[in-house]
Amino acid sequence: MSTFSIENVKIAGIAACVPKKRESNLDYDWISEQEQKLLIKTTGIKERRIAEKGVATSDLCFKSTEQLLKELAWKKEEIGILIFVSQSRDYFLPATAIILQDRLGLPTSTIAFDVSLGCSGYVYGLSIISSLMKTTGTKKALLLAGDISSTSLNKRDKSTYPLFGDAGTATALELTNEATVMNYGLSSDGSGKDAIIIPDGGLRNPITPKSFEEQEIEKGIWRCGRDLKLDGLAVFHFSITKIHPHIKQLMASQNKDASNIDYFVFHQANKLILETIRKKIKAEPEQVPYSLYNYGNTSSASIPLTVVTALKDEVTTQKKSVLFCGFGVGLSWGSVILDLDKIVCPELIEL
Amino acid sequence: MELDEFVLKVEAEIEDLEPGTLTADKDYREIEQWSSMYALILIAMIDTEFDVTLTGEDLKKTLTLRDLHTTIKSRL
Repeated sequence: MSTFSIENVKIAGIAACVPKKRESNLDYDWISEQEQKLLIKTTGIKERRIAEKGVATSDLCFKSTEQLLKELAWKKEEIGILIFVSQSRDYFLPATAIILQDRLGLPTSTIAFDVSLGCSGYVYGLSIISSLMKTTGTKKALLLAGDISSTSLNKRDKSTYPLFGDAGTATALELTNEATVMNYGLSSDGSGKDAIIIPDGGLRNPITPKSFEEQEIEKGIWRCGRDLKLDGLAVFHFSITKIHPHIKQLMASQNKDASNIDYFVFHQANKLILETIRKKIKAEPEQVPYSLYNYGNTSSASIPLTVVTALKDEVTTQKKSVLFCGFGVGLSWGSVILDLDKIVCPELIEL
Repeated sequence: MELDEFVLKVEAEIEDLEPGTLTADKDYREIEQWSSMYALILIAMIDTEFDVTLTGEDLKKTLTLRDLHTTIKSRL
């Protein structure tokens, strides 16, 4: 694990936007009623938000950003960096962050680029943008993170379809001497690349007509090369063996244990995974907020979405010590311990 | 944890299961209520109870709860 600290950068605000359209796992008729109940109980996912066709992740992030900037009363010409963390970009090229610079009306002096990460992406994004703010002396910056995963899912694949929801978020960061230190730990293991993958569509496996031919992988699991594949058991094993030592190590490096942290905001993978990790790091149930039940696994949006939907009252009125932990596709994982001190947090936005 | 207790533990994890349905030597995937989701639930339960983290492959190699119990004991 690579560990490091960043000083003088604080989170000033977090906003999240989800599509209006709800899909309940109680209506997921590809599986039996009994399976639906077991799925909801085990994964903790009852409902998901699904983007209408034609809506892009950047649309959700754009909405979040506009509202956040308004409530922060930040001027657009003050923004120096915009990073878009996503695996569902507007185009193959150019980078979506650059399109957003123009769409948001940010100055052309803005440093704008994309980061292609999923579940771990929010924590990686925070580390990249904070480091860059420090080295460039940029006072105000925007980290946009999210995914529309629903377009990559096959409805006849019970191992993926009922798990993922769509969301786009915006986080505003400020360079200031008042900020407390952020402590990061980041890791990667590409040997697990096949655990979560969309195999076709890149240069390794270019799109061919075969990419759209659906195959029955096992009972209840049909997909084609363009669909997201998830090896549930491999991801589960990774999550319950690698994440708790990583968190404990990061906490120990700061002479902390779970009792010194107010909230552990985990990437919302599934409830069974999060509960297993929670017990291993000896955190109490009330220290671990969830957004899974209503929004599912929202990829790189899951941590900020959980802050907005579950911690808004606490973090807008008080100073709270939090540990953000993202883990998954890559495989890639990372955590940061930081303070959320009376941040600006608009009500959840719907598009 | 002895085998008998382990069987009861597994039984308690499975929804709508009549007590006594599972035995140590029955193919546990053959019970009507079985779903692939139970593989995750079993791995999590074994992880919590024994501090042994099985892989999907470990699970696939077992047919009965006796096999599973033997695998766990070999890792303790």
